[in-house]
Parts: sequence; structure tokens; C-alpha cells
Amino acid sequence: MQRSDSFRIVISKDIMSVDAKTVDRLAELARLEFSDEEKKEIQGDLNRILELIDKMSEVDTDGVEPLIYMTDEVASLREDIVKQQITQEEALKNAPDKDSDYIRVPKVLDK
Amino acid sequence: MSKIDAFSNSREALLNSDISAVELVNHFIERIEKHAELNVFLEVFGESALAKAKEIDEKLSKGEEIGRLAGMVISIKDNICYKGHKISASSHILEGFESLFSSTVVERLLAEDAIIIGRTNCDEFAMGSSNENSYFGNVKNPHNTKTTPGGSSGGASASVAAGLCHLSLGSDTGGSIRQPASFTGTIGLKPTYGRVSRHGLIAYASSFDQFGPISNSIEDIALVMEIMAGGDEYDSTCSKSDVPSYSDLLKDKKGKKRIAYLDSHLNHEGLDPEVKKRTEEIIDGLRSEGHVVEECKFDLLEQLIPVYQVLTTAEASSNLARYDGIHFGYRSDKATDLYTTYVKSRSEGFGKEVKRRIMLGTYVLSEGYYDAYFSKAQKVRRLVKERTEAILKDYDFIISPSTPHAAFELGSQVEDPIKMYLEDIFTVQANLTGQPAISLPLAESAGMPVGVQLMGKDFNEAELLQFSAELLHNYHLKKDLA
Repeated sequence: MQRSDSFRIVISKDIMSVDAKTVDRLAELARLEFSDEEKKEIQGDLNRILELIDKMSEVDTDGVEPLIYMTDEVASLREDIVKQQITQEEALKNAPDKDSDYIRVPKVLDK
Repeated sequence: MSKIDAFSNSREALLNSDISAVELVNHFIERIEKHAELNVFLEVFGESALAKAKEIDEKLSKGEEIGRLAGMVISIKDNICYKGHKISASSHILEGFESLFSSTVVERLLAEDAIIIGRTNCDEFAMGSSNENSYFGNVKNPHNTKTTPGGSSGGASASVAAGLCHLSLGSDTGGSIRQPASFTGTIGLKPTYGRVSRHGLIAYASSFDQFGPISNSIEDIALVMEIMAGGDEYDSTCSKSDVPSYSDLLKDKKGKKRIAYLDSHLNHEGLDPEVKKRTEEIIDGLRSEGHVVEECKFDLLEQLIPVYQVLTTAEASSNLARYDGIHFGYRSDKATDLYTTYVKSRSEGFGKEVKRRIMLGTYVLSEGYYDAYFSKAQKVRRLVKERTEAILKDYDFIISPSTPHAAFELGSQVEDPIKMYLEDIFTVQANLTGQPAISLPLAESAGMPVGVQLMGKDFNEAELLQFSAELLHNYHLKKDLA
């Protein structure tokens, strides 16, 4: 299976619409897969949504700082103290596959 | 028994020993079973609800003091953690998952002896406006079962409208409390961003999400808010500012207010004429009562949904990266190595709308598009916030319809994501800016309820709730269900 080791996605800036190749790259980055039919649908949806989103470009934002933090208050921090909040047994409780001590995963390394 | 459908009555009955807490819980469980076809509850927490009820009954029989919420039966949306109980965000990917801790809101409610009756259906990961994106099927609107109860907190709004609990906790990212409240004739409050701790809420878009209550009673909303709100060491964005006694302040003497309405909202082409007429009627009524109500220009209405779409999908694409099929939840049996564990589990576990939003979020965050979309949206968000704050400097409230129309028919819009996104046109503003907003059942269209929205100043829930009580007193359109 084709996969990228990098999280960079380089798409030509001239094409402001999503093509089939871009859908493949996005799916790979998002760790999703789609059937050919679904891909076509997603491509159409994304392009329609981007058309709607383009409304933003009508607004002049020169010199406007991006709004990142929603509160004026300084984020409150708590003391960095080690506390046991969940036990190993609890941590394993929701794992889809486990043995008595560990979460089990399919084989990761090929010999 | 219908008397106890209001919390004030059930509490009185409890204190007078006319009814036990166990009987109260059984009454609501019976009602929930009777209305099973509405598909409101994903699970009724019968065992823990009855255990809590017994605890309250014992306190009463020993003459011990009971909590301020003893006698209140509350449902929680399926994205609110409650220790030892299942939670799924209405998604296949969290199949079988059980909360290892309780959200701060649930802890605070339980500490005041609230009874948590069960978890309600919603759109998957709170993404949707009709409750049709749930893995467990849609909820039906109790006022007309062919229509949607709204979304994403559709089970929450329906649980209150159908009298299956006294109050319901939901979450609101773009209107997910207020739009369902509008469609079901209930009251829904989205508090100021940072007023209520988000600890234990399954994240959708963290700079937008807020917990909030839905109820038929403004008094109950005020009481629950003063118990839920306030600083929490587990949510660094949660404000430490003092929480006023909202329920005491409800009874305060009311003054004359300055209220704005936005030209773009009332002249919106999709606005139902009956809803428009009713909103204007209320505006005229308020003027004749001596309040100042004036039109304000707002030229960013068309930008609200685009900015919301870019920022929430971006945040969602990161927040939902944790569902990897490894540590918890669903794992595909087609997983053969690490990569296929991720891809197969996520592709089979997430529904269509969630995947669409992850894809869009990945796109707007990707190199080459980050500035054009993500950064641009953050800038426009600042302009929306500044413009809204400028209006709220001159005025106490902004009034508008909560939704352009009443509940639409189930199935009528599922194939058109854009149309569905535009459902939130009047509600997203408060999530973009952080201000508190409430939907009140003051209007209707063709006999179906529609909400009127009041947006208030940051952290001024007290005045917002107070004026809401006044509006409900003067303009409430009661739509009692048989």
C-alpha cells in the first residue's frame, strides 16, 4: 500500500478546486479510505463546500491578527503532580484487544 | 402523576413525602418506555438512577439535608462522560466504550443529588443539524414525528419536549443546543465560552464547544447553571471568575433594556414569513413596554458559516485523530498491520458526515492552503467577534429568530450537506464570538414551534436569564403535547 512518511501535502496553488489526486492524498493523511464511488462524491462535496467558503475572500483582512485564543484570562495551570487516576486494569478495559498486561495490536514489524 | 413533570412540583412532593425518589425515577422510566418509538435514549441508566434515588430517600427518612437538585431527573447527551457508564457520541467507532471518569458537570450535578436517567441520541460526534447522522438512527420530534427534533442535541431536546426528564444536558458547537430547542419548543442555553468546564465532553471543535442545559423551565436552567459553572483545574480554558446565583437573580427587579436586531438576520431570504412577523411583533411589544429596540447593520452574515466550517473541521480533524483502533473503541477485523489498523478501523467506524468533515479539515490545514483557509478564517473570526462586541457595547442583547424556520421533514435534506450547514445561520455567531445565547419558545410556523434567540454580553448569563424569564412571561407560546 502506498503511504507517505511525511505529513506535507504539496498541491499546486493555482488549482483552488480539489481533484481526484488530492482526495487520495487527503484520505491518506487522515488515515481514511474510500471506494471510487465515495471518492467522487467526496470530491464533489469538497468543491461545493469550498465554493461556499470562498465567501471569506470577500472580506478584507489586511492587518487583522488571527483569533486563536477565545478567553482573555490566562490559561490556568495546575501543579504537575503525579497522581494515579486510572489503574492498569481500567486502562485495558476499553482496548479492543488485550492480554492480562498489554494492549494487543496486529504485527507491526516484518521480519 | 403529571404534576411531577415539573421539577418544582416533584421536589415539593418529595419534601412532603407525597412521593419517593424511587417512585419518581420509575415514573420517568415508564414514560421513556412508552415513548420508545421517538428513539430518544440510547440507554436508560436504570440501575444507577435507582441507586441514587434510594440514597435520596434514605437521607430524607433520616432527616438529613438533601442536595439542591434532589428531585431533578436529568438526561445527558451521548458525548458527556459519566464514570462506569457507556458513551459513544452516537458513533460506531466508540462501540462498547465505557467512561473511566465523570465530566466535571456530571460530578457537580450528582453532588447536588441530581438523578442522571440516561444518555440521549445525537448526531455522530455532535456533527449535524437533524440528528440523522447518528449511527443509532434518527430521533423523532415529539411535536410531529415526521420531522426532525434538530441536531446535534436532538435526543436532548426531544427528551425534554416529550416529558421524559426535567432537564437535559447537551453541547453546542454551532447551535447544537439552540436549534433543537427551537424545533421542539423548549428553552436551550449556550453559556459563554469558558463559563462551564468542558472536562469530560467528547471534543468536536475545542474553541467552539460548550455544555449547556435544555429545559421547559428557565428557573431550572438558572439553578443548574449556577451549580455547573465555574473554574475547573481540568479545563485550562474554563474561567475562574465568580458564578453569581442565577436563580436568585431571576427574581430581581427588571429595568428597561437596550436591544439590537440585525438587518441581515431579519431580511434573510430563507426566513419563514410567519417567523419574521412574530419576531417583529415581539420587537414592537418590547418597544411598547419601554425598552429600546433598534436595527443594527451586520455585514458578515454570509461569512459566518464559511468561517465556522473551516475552523470546526480543522479542529475536528485533529481531535478525531485519537480514534485509531488501538487503545479503545472499534477495531476492524480486517486490520493486518499498523497502517490498516488505523485506516480500516477509522473508515468503518466513522460515518459519512464525520469523514466529510475530517477530509475538509485536513484540506484546510494542509501546506499551501493553511493561509488561504485556516488563517484567513481565524482573521475573519476576529472581525466577527469585534463587530459583535461593538454592538453589545451599545446594547444589552441581540434578538433574532433562533432558526430561519420550524423543524423540517426527516430525510428531506440528508443528501444536501450545504443546505444542512446553513441551518445554523443564526446560531453560529455566538460560537464564533464566545458570547452566551439562549433559544426561547416564543414563535411558531404552521403550528410547529420556533425559537427566538437572545445573545448577551460575555459572562453575563445572569442578565440574559433574567430577561429571558421576562420574555417567557410575556410572549411564551405554549405548545403542550398531549
